Amino acid sequence: MSNPTNLQYSKEHEWLTAAEEGVSTIGITAHAADALGDIVYVQLPEVGDTVTAGETCGELESTKSVSDLYSPATGEVVAINQDVVDDPALVNAEPFGNAWLFKVKVESTQDGLLDAAEYTAFIGG
Amino acid sequence: MSPRLTALDALHRSLGATMTDFAGWDMPLRYGSEREEHLAVRTKAGLFDLSHMGEITVTGPQAGELLDHALVGFISALGELRARYTMICREDGGILDDLIVYRTGETEFMVVANASNAQIVLDALTERAAGFDAVVRDDRDAYALLAVQGPEANGILASQTDADLPGLKYYAILPAVVAGKNVELARTGYTGEDGFEIFCAPADAEHIWNALTEAGAPVGLVPCGLSCRDTLRLEAGMPLYGHELNTDLTPFDAGLGRVVRFDKTTNNGDFVGRKALEAAAAEAESNPPRKLVGLVSEGKRVPRAEYDVVSTDGTPIGRITSGAPSPTLGKPIAIAYVDAAHAAPGTAVAVDVRGKHEPVEVVALPFYKRAR
Repeated sequence: MSNPTNLQYSKEHEWLTAAEEGVSTIGITAHAADALGDIVYVQLPEVGDTVTAGETCGELESTKSVSDLYSPATGEVVAINQDVVDDPALVNAEPFGNAWLFKVKVESTQDGLLDAAEYTAFIGG
Repeated sequence: MSPRLTALDALHRSLGATMTDFAGWDMPLRYGSEREEHLAVRTKAGLFDLSHMGEITVTGPQAGELLDHALVGFISALGELRARYTMICREDGGILDDLIVYRTGETEFMVVANASNAQIVLDALTERAAGFDAVVRDDRDAYALLAVQGPEANGILASQTDADLPGLKYYAILPAVVAGKNVELARTGYTGEDGFEIFCAPADAEHIWNALTEAGAPVGLVPCGLSCRDTLRLEAGMPLYGHELNTDLTPFDAGLGRVVRFDKTTNNGDFVGRKALEAAAAEAESNPPRKLVGLVSEGKRVPRAEYDVVSTDGTPIGRITSGAPSPTLGKPIAIAYVDAAHAAPGTAVAVDVRGKHEPVEVVALPFYKRAR
């Protein structure tokens, strides 16, 4: 799956959208979802939590492993995707679409975010 | 050291497999969704490359006596073309490996060891062969190993061989021609389903794989990786060396004392580890050690290997050896060693999942048993 050019990417394999009215949507990349395998459990921050760029804010569990979820942005969580919590397999199916994870009112973003071409090169694609 | 490649390596890559290092071998972890692969084996069929398994051939007039001496099982009593699950232990009773031994002839046996222990088993058998009229041969490079597992396995095999499949019972082996190639065809597996393991020349592996794929695809056969092999064996309650079994444990600790045959009549009944294993058997009788049990969670978090099992008041009472989301049950499951006082099915305990106590219930193993 190619990495959409309208997103920014972290080296921890999260993506985020350009802010609209100050709010960015965050998810994990198809590369990350593929590497994890079938995702069976998603723990997200709660609405109202403050997340910090580059720090963990949740967990993703697959058949074989547990991985931390990092936030690529600092700010208040204004929404989480309950569909993904209810059906974690959605992350494997539509990582860049319906399986967004949470939305943040962005104060700042992580240093060194990549564009699609840079991220594609970073993952060896 | 670069990992070893099976004869099917290029094929796995062409199928887009996610590969993983396993015991020094580069093996397919999964081809697509491991959950789909798991469910295919439970409901249709799956095709595995298991060429990392370690084949050791033992031949000679005293091959059976040697194996009676070296292993805990009564191998010389095995009928020709039959197989047995057994173990090789140290003098102190600690488990070196669990094995399947196939009697391929009057004076010939094939010992199949785990990849991670194949060298250890080969060395131990070679050393223990001293004084016996028998030869221990490293046949790891002589075979590739494919497995077809699942309810459709019989039909798929039947389309590719004239061998007497109805006559090939569970835990039996037969020289056969499959897809035009000479193989050793065994009705064994590690999935809890009916199925076959096909020991073939590495040069024939791709041809046989392709023939089975072509025959099986219409009935739902898919290539399967080691990830689903692990969840399949876990549901079936089968131990995995390095998880449920290790050198600190005897077969009695693992609840598998039945594999130890004190009633052997060869070698005056003696075998490596006998003394220690008799003591372990007596101990298991009088003062039961931790028991191997199943755990089922109603939550979503997965109890994983090395996590502590705690009582409802938070006291540590055991340790998980394997855990995974169960595709068949739709819940997280685990195998754990638990203090005997908490080991009865139905007991409510908890698992320390990274600091949080997730409630789980003790259940009898296996989690899954196929309808026969």
